[in-house]
Amino acid sequence: MNKIVSKEYFSEKVVKLVVEAPLIARARKAGHFVIVRVGEKGERIPLTIASADTEKGTITLVVQAVGRSSEKLCALHVGDYITDVVGPLGQATHIDKIGTVVCCGGGVGVAPLLPIVEAFKKAGNRVITVLAARTKELVILEDEMKKNSDEVIIMTDDGSYGKKGLVTNGVENVINREKVNLCVTIGPAIMMKFVSLLTKKYDVPTVASLNTIMVDGTGMCGACRITVGGKTKFVCIDGPEFDAHQVDFDEMMMRLSSYKDVE
Amino acid sequence: MKKQPVAIGYLERFAADYERESGNISIPEIPVRNGIKIAVVGSGPAGLSFAGDMIKLGYSVTVFEALHEIGGVLKYGIPEFRLPNAIVDVEIDNLRKMGVEFIPDCIIGKTLTYDDLHEMNFKGIFVASGAGLPRFMNIPGENLIGIMSSNEYLTRVNLMDAANPESDTPVIKGKNVAIIGGGNTAMDSVRTARRLGAQRAMIIYRRSEEEMPARIEEIKHAKEEGVEFLTLHNPIEYIGDERGRVRQMRLQKMELGEPDASGRRSPVPIPNAIETIDVDEVVVSVGVSPNPLVPNSIKGLQISKWGTIVVNQETMRSDLSDIYAGGDIVRGGATVILAMGDGRRAAAAMHEQLQK
Repeated sequence: MNKIVSKEYFSEKVVKLVVEAPLIARARKAGHFVIVRVGEKGERIPLTIASADTEKGTITLVVQAVGRSSEKLCALHVGDYITDVVGPLGQATHIDKIGTVVCCGGGVGVAPLLPIVEAFKKAGNRVITVLAARTKELVILEDEMKKNSDEVIIMTDDGSYGKKGLVTNGVENVINREKVNLCVTIGPAIMMKFVSLLTKKYDVPTVASLNTIMVDGTGMCGACRITVGGKTKFVCIDGPEFDAHQVDFDEMMMRLSSYKDVE
Repeated sequence: MKKQPVAIGYLERFAADYERESGNISIPEIPVRNGIKIAVVGSGPAGLSFAGDMIKLGYSVTVFEALHEIGGVLKYGIPEFRLPNAIVDVEIDNLRKMGVEFIPDCIIGKTLTYDDLHEMNFKGIFVASGAGLPRFMNIPGENLIGIMSSNEYLTRVNLMDAANPESDTPVIKGKNVAIIGGGNTAMDSVRTARRLGAQRAMIIYRRSEEEMPARIEEIKHAKEEGVEFLTLHNPIEYIGDERGRVRQMRLQKMELGEPDASGRRSPVPIPNAIETIDVDEVVVSVGVSPNPLVPNSIKGLQISKWGTIVVNQETMRSDLSDIYAGGDIVRGGATVILAMGDGRRAAAAMHEQLQK
């Protein structure tokens, strides 16, 4: 049982929850995720950790209400308890000083991107962050990103804020302008697919952080399996980050729709 | 000696059921605590039997469980129709009454490390983290929707109660369900599929029934429940529809050749004998590899090439003097009974070492 100590709406469907989880807060690193369950009949769903406060013993989760389980989670109030939070799970992001890193995220993917941006910046890299959203109201964590990036580029589909265009337009501009040593992408699968296709064209090594269906999250079930470089991998223990150029995004998107009929 | 054999197992079961249902279950007397803290990693059969013995010897026992429920494979793996959760809960409750502390949602190696356990003053650690990673066959189409490991299928139905409309966890209820494999887990899966409404619930096994690793009793029960056995058949490809859901599978017919390293006659493909059958759900039950999560997180632990923890077979002690291990993390993939035996032997050996 983990208590919700604060709740903030980023937009109508996107909620930031700060949750008591002292052991996870202490153990987690950038890139790690947790499995969360709401209610005794609740489903186990993976959520990437956006940030943590070791002194207060809390972790921050950013959740988008997209299905039954995430809606239940978003409906909880401050003072309520999440039935189960377990982690940190997965492999932490490999952080190194490598030069210029472009971190690009879309939708709620921006939240788990934040700790990665922070870590690359702290390691002495030049960090350029590209945030994408449909419209101005859906741009999240801009200030936090600015604090930890050399430059933040905002892209909106409708041009209501920043530049008009997709995340890929923003990334391509940077690649055309300067040498990029690494690209990190987190967001909807379709977005990561197109970022990956773009950076492949320019030969920029790219890491994608994947969010798939999971049950246990510890390697036991295999629901999260994807194909990377022709081999089956488990997102929960081999990932969640993979060489984007090797990931079969079409298969991943297909598998994400496994229970669409049921939802 | 022409009389019927005595069914000792059923007599034991009767005695246990009788006591439990009487409502007067007796809790063994527990000696005064000796103040020595013992950690158990995993609350499956090995961990529970170890915890029971150690608490009776006077130790302070804490069991760490990765999942949200205590019981390990007894809860997520073995179906309700073979082992009701209520029975497992009575046993867990008794351990709790005896003083065992259970901590769910805590992964040793992730939430807490080996070093953390030392800092918390644990003097002995028993690793019983179970078999983890499901194996797949790496054949074309295996990642189509509707194809899953037996671990996933059984966990959804047993632990997550997915067949209950009130549960948030979904499960596919196939009409033509193929289970790949001939072990006990395959039998559990196929009988589950039948209960979830499968018209055709099939065991697909590449050898003959004689070589099946499942207990004869499990095979018999499956047959009684109308399960079809397609022995000497091996899947070679899955075919999906435009939305990526499995619709058919291609099966290679086999015959038995010379005995292989396991001593069983090895299956050999019959040339040009391939058939295609309709399936809308497939459960792959061809074994598991040990979960690397715990072994990888403890430096200096000796791991076999199969990923199991290497222990002394009598004492269950590893290379690290305070770490013992048992159950599937040592055996690879065995039974509840063997796991419980490991737990008991490890408890006796650890007690002896700690009393020195």
